[in-house]
Amino acid sequence: MSSLILSTAARLLVALLLLFSIFVMLRGHNEPGGGFIGGLIAATGFALYVMAEGAGAVRAVLRIDPRKVAGLGLACALAAGLIGVAAGETFLRGLWIELPSGKVGTPLLFDLGVYLVVLGGVVALVLALEEQR
Amino acid sequence: MEALLALLIGALVAASVYLMLSRHVVRFLFGLVLFSNAVNVLLLTAGRVRWGAPPLVPEGLEVPLEAVANPLPQALILTAIVIGFGLLAFALVLSVRGVDALGTADLDAMRAAEPRADAAAKEPR
Amino acid sequence: MAADPHDAPASRAARLSTGVGIALALAAVVAVGRAQAGLLSGSSRLVAWTWFPDLGPSLAFHLDGLSALFVLLIGGIGALVLLYSSRYLHAHPDVVRGQIFLTLFMLSMLGLVLADDVILLFVFWELTTITSYLLIGFENEKPGARRAALQALLVTCSGGLALLVGLLLLAHVGGSFRISEWDVGVFTAHPFYPAILILVLLGAFTKSAQIPFHFWLPNAMAAPTPVSAYLHSATMVKAGVYLLARLQPTLGGTDAWFYTLTVVGAATALWGSLQALRQTDLKLALAQTTVMGLGILVLFLGSNSALAAKAAVTFLIVHALYKSALFLVVGIIDHASGTRDVTLLGGLGRAMPRTALAAGVAALSMAGLPPLLGFIGKELAYESALALAGWPFLLVTVLVLSNALVFAVALLVAYQPFWGPPPDPPRTLHPAPFAMLLGPLLIAGLGLAFGLAPSFTGHVLIEPAVSAVRGLPSPVSLSLWHGWNAPLALSLVTIVLGLGIYRLRAPLVAATGAIAARLPWTGDRAYDATLVGLQTLARIQTAVLQGGSLRGYLATSFATIVVAIGGVLAVHRAFAWPTGGESVPPTAWAVAVLILAGTAVASVTGSRLAAIAALGVVGVGVSLLFLIFSAPDVAMTQLMVETLFVVIASVALLRLPALRGPELRSRAGRTRDAALGLAVGSVVATLLLAVLTVPLDPMLGDWFVRQSVVEGHGRNVVNVILVDFRALDTLGEITVVAVAAMAAYALLKLAPPATRPKGDRR
Repeated sequence: MSSLILSTAARLLVALLLLFSIFVMLRGHNEPGGGFIGGLIAATGFALYVMAEGAGAVRAVLRIDPRKVAGLGLACALAAGLIGVAAGETFLRGLWIELPSGKVGTPLLFDLGVYLVVLGGVVALVLALEEQR
Repeated sequence: MEALLALLIGALVAASVYLMLSRHVVRFLFGLVLFSNAVNVLLLTAGRVRWGAPPLVPEGLEVPLEAVANPLPQALILTAIVIGFGLLAFALVLSVRGVDALGTADLDAMRAAEPRADAAAKEPR
Repeated sequence: MAADPHDAPASRAARLSTGVGIALALAAVVAVGRAQAGLLSGSSRLVAWTWFPDLGPSLAFHLDGLSALFVLLIGGIGALVLLYSSRYLHAHPDVVRGQIFLTLFMLSMLGLVLADDVILLFVFWELTTITSYLLIGFENEKPGARRAALQALLVTCSGGLALLVGLLLLAHVGGSFRISEWDVGVFTAHPFYPAILILVLLGAFTKSAQIPFHFWLPNAMAAPTPVSAYLHSATMVKAGVYLLARLQPTLGGTDAWFYTLTVVGAATALWGSLQALRQTDLKLALAQTTVMGLGILVLFLGSNSALAAKAAVTFLIVHALYKSALFLVVGIIDHASGTRDVTLLGGLGRAMPRTALAAGVAALSMAGLPPLLGFIGKELAYESALALAGWPFLLVTVLVLSNALVFAVALLVAYQPFWGPPPDPPRTLHPAPFAMLLGPLLIAGLGLAFGLAPSFTGHVLIEPAVSAVRGLPSPVSLSLWHGWNAPLALSLVTIVLGLGIYRLRAPLVAATGAIAARLPWTGDRAYDATLVGLQTLARIQTAVLQGGSLRGYLATSFATIVVAIGGVLAVHRAFAWPTGGESVPPTAWAVAVLILAGTAVASVTGSRLAAIAALGVVGVGVSLLFLIFSAPDVAMTQLMVETLFVVIASVALLRLPALRGPELRSRAGRTRDAALGLAVGSVVATLLLAVLTVPLDPMLGDWFVRQSVVEGHGRNVVNVILVDFRALDTLGEITVVAVAAMAAYALLKLAPPATRPKGDRR
């Protein structure tokens, strides 16, 4: 499925989709968006790139095995929960600190975990399917 | 308004059951997709629907000024969609491997795990 | 000659496991021995820890005369058996496993006889069953051992299940899980009494190998000999007897109790002793006399007279001592000469004098000759049988006959191998180490010592146990000489009869064998038939419920939904049409039509691409519905998933075979499936309509909306629910996503490339 137009457009689209996905994830706490949606958007970008350039190119760009990304995501979510335990609260208790630029809290780390799991899981699957062909 | 959605869900369920009972594994997968959609809309409907009032709090306020849609079913559906997608992907891969290994896409012939005791017993239905 | 593996030093682990087991056994004996002084006055010790405070069961233990006697037997014989088996299994690669299982069994058995709480008792009861299973199947590479282990497990476990129900009923009637808190008077008149009696007796009879459940015990001789000596003669098989003794004050005293126990016990005793005579394998002969011994014990527990209880407790000690000693002797014979077949053995006495001594002393006790404890036990048995109400004549006959047969078996086991004519050519002998001799010598010696000191035995060992069995203080004084009386005459008859049976063994065996061959049904065959029946039932049920067809499963499940939910809806006439609510926005009508159109195309098209496109339309339509009905997050998720579905479908789905025309199904099949689909759809729609007429409790949703900013510091309520309020659910869900992706990945990457059969359809 190599097409010059798709291949050229894909590079630009992947970059844009990635940026957009991070934006969507970060704003998700206050506006529509969040880790699930962000992860899916980013995964769609990579899926597009897989179709345009093949699995090898995506693996080269990614550098890190998408399965590890999913694992990292689970670790982030768990860590977000354990911070609450370490602070003497219950598991997954949301904790926030006030920064000059706004509030930062463990739910954001949790949402990042969700983002990474969805991204890693879907990309791993798409890559495996593509490499099977 | 919810009555309309109930009828729509009924139609989606009927079509998905019809497809899932098909002998062709691809049609079964299509049925699975429709079934996920039907269940997600059902969850939304059972939690009552409201239009033009997403569950968002305006900036600077602690609670919305007017009544908003029930957020709980939405949270449930959101994860259900992603999990449903994971399930579908797994079923898809399983079907691909199954067809590769067994050389058939006829669900009545895919019986490696539980072979029919009397192989010639049943005529195609 | 190569180095004998029996002479190699024991491994560290073997020594450690043996040492720990013996230390535990001796600790139990010493602890109970120290407490025995207090038990003489009839008092008892209770300790309890909380276990399930809300449900009732507690970790309650009770030491009284009966438990103390059992603890002494379990711990004392256990220590000697562990020492013996450390040498017996010395060359076995799994000696450590054996020693650990033996120790675990010992601890379970100790728990069983000490438990005061019936649930705790049941737990230990089942633990002895499981350790017995592991020990019978110790030689797990032999099919016979595996079958015997499974048989013992299934028989005793089925009884165990009955017992559990019986114990629960007992706790219900008694108002407490603790045996010591029961008012023993309330049970026999209660309407549950017959059920309790049947269930408890099922448990006790299976465990203690009573007819018709006796067949597993001889088969259990597949276990290593020390295991047979310990579990299947001295201790575990006595668990049922213990239970009957423990519950006699509660359940005994009725006609049902008396006649059931007496008849079953007598039949078992006679059957076991008859079978024992027929065996040429020494171990099997002993096993059958164990069946006989258990029958005698059950028989005497049927009566609640002091005499019967005294006879039962005395015979319990007698039997445990002589039987374990003789088993250990048979193990030595086997170890030394390589066979247990009595027809191949003879003349060992000169080469193995100490073994012969142990065998002789134990066999004298078994035969019931003075001055051994066995003599006292037998005299008590005859005295008790003569005094029993009902039909003592029949009972006495059964007892005399059984004892005479056992007398003959004692000669067979202890005389023939040692002093009978030696085989030609003589077998090469392998001397037994002292660690193996210590057990039988000591245990057989105890049988002699207890007989020579009858007042000590009666007062210190038997009296507390008899008092516990009867639930009231019962003084016991034993003596060797009772004067010229009826029991002594019966003893003389027994000896003469026993000698006669031994001389006429061959024709008697032939005669009983002919009778046994004519039996239409034996327990072993019934067991096999039951297993075959169960398998047939399972096969039929599997064929009906799990035919192996995915479509069959789906059709069954969907039909069940229609019948179960549709049936309930129809019965309650729950057909409703919700009124009120908001009006339908025109866009919603348009989207609904779009979804219906996509659904219709996807259902009937014969082209994969058309179907994928149609499903895409449905997905986008559903996404629009979410958007219209105020769910922007859900709508975005749905849209992204729809996009990914198209990507994945284009990669993978097109690798699957084409639909090739509209359908594989016949027209009739399609009509039927369509009817089922319509039925399921109607049921779901009707159910949803009914649900929508019930007012929704908005409490949860409102709470989340109100707390989102305050507690969760986020204005998108849905996201706050996902990552904060219900984050634990989300954590589970992303785990599922990760696992599903990994499973699919593994399926694609790790499975070996499939060899496609001929007729590749790509």
